[in-house]
Amino acid sequence: MTEIISLVVAKYNYWLYIVLMMIGLYAMIAKNNLIKKLVGMNIFQTAIILFYVSIGYKTGATIPIIKNAHGSHGAEAAVIHAAEYINPLPHVLMLTAIVVSVATFGVAMALCVRIYQRYQTLEEDELRMRLSEK
Amino acid sequence: MKLLGFIIVCLTGTFLLYGTSDLPDWGDPNSPASLHLSNHYIEKAVAETEVPNLVTAVLADYRGFDTMFETAVVFTAGLACFLLLRDFKPKEDRYYRHVPTGVVLHFKDKARQLRVGTEFEAVDKDWVPSDMVIKTVCRILIPFIQIYALYVVAHGDFSPGGGFQGGVIFGSSFILLAISYNLKTLMKRVSEKFLGIFSAVGVLIYVGIGAIAMVMGGNFLDYSTLAPLLPVNPGHIRALGMLGVEIGVGIAVMAVMAIIYINIVSQGRHDEGL
Repeated sequence: MTEIISLVVAKYNYWLYIVLMMIGLYAMIAKNNLIKKLVGMNIFQTAIILFYVSIGYKTGATIPIIKNAHGSHGAEAAVIHAAEYINPLPHVLMLTAIVVSVATFGVAMALCVRIYQRYQTLEEDELRMRLSEK
Repeated sequence: MKLLGFIIVCLTGTFLLYGTSDLPDWGDPNSPASLHLSNHYIEKAVAETEVPNLVTAVLADYRGFDTMFETAVVFTAGLACFLLLRDFKPKEDRYYRHVPTGVVLHFKDKARQLRVGTEFEAVDKDWVPSDMVIKTVCRILIPFIQIYALYVVAHGDFSPGGGFQGGVIFGSSFILLAISYNLKTLMKRVSEKFLGIFSAVGVLIYVGIGAIAMVMGGNFLDYSTLAPLLPVNPGHIRALGMLGVEIGVGIAVMAVMAIIYINIVSQGRHDEGL
């Protein structure tokens, strides 16, 4: 029993992200409306962002901003232990990923606007119907 | 299709859940991701760059090349929105209100134009202006949002923040103005030309700083070679180079957020919209 509990405590974050990711994937596959597909894509991206950030976490560590380093000039600063600060690299990668996901979402919305202007619908089956008419 | 999708999703989820057994435990300090490069970043970054915020140090210096192209991606997204949606044809139906009397004129002829000034003002057909409470609150709030955005950009070296975040906050203040008043009010203050030029200028600042470093005899984006140009402590030059780069990122992101918003809500006509 204690083994199961320790397993749950150690891994439950990954399970939550996978559930979230699968919700997004399902929305992208099964939903008929293009905007709903985009929402699914955003949920998927959010799950990946959470996954990366959780990889960088260390128990008992603080955010990756060095304490008391402001104003001091490198050599005077106290010795820095890597275990005291969480891993900054996933944060960097996800910081840019968030902004880029907003930008790509904007482009996707622009495409949706164009599709709506031309076909007066965003439902996938209706779009396929309109396309086969021509 | 729905059932098939559900089965695929369940299968993928099961495989991924099975795969988590090999992943490190949550918060494990000895997980592979935290063993190799990150230790160097944490222990050496302050000595090498004098930037306490490691995220900024890694973003703008160690991975500066990556960030430059992320900025280019953001710029390209703004460009794509513009090219996809921008519609220069004036609308058929236009509405003007005669300010002293409140009479609304409806123009159907495309050729006939009315000078918008103190006597007449252009009115939106679908978009109803917000309530006075909303307008007043937003009018008071927007300058503070913009000051905060500038703080986030300028203080990104020392506290949580940076160009991307500050740029997004600044862009959102434009969006708040467009929502609380209307799109015309925003377009009167920040024109399309301004936004287009600034989105390019942001990327140009980033690339320019990198190119100046090259001209000064170093590698591309090697800020330490900028030291002779600025009268500061040479040890602090990398932090200043990062600040310049972050300002470029902030300008580009700010302009692109506004471009994307304006083009999408007005369907490229830049006249009315949410």
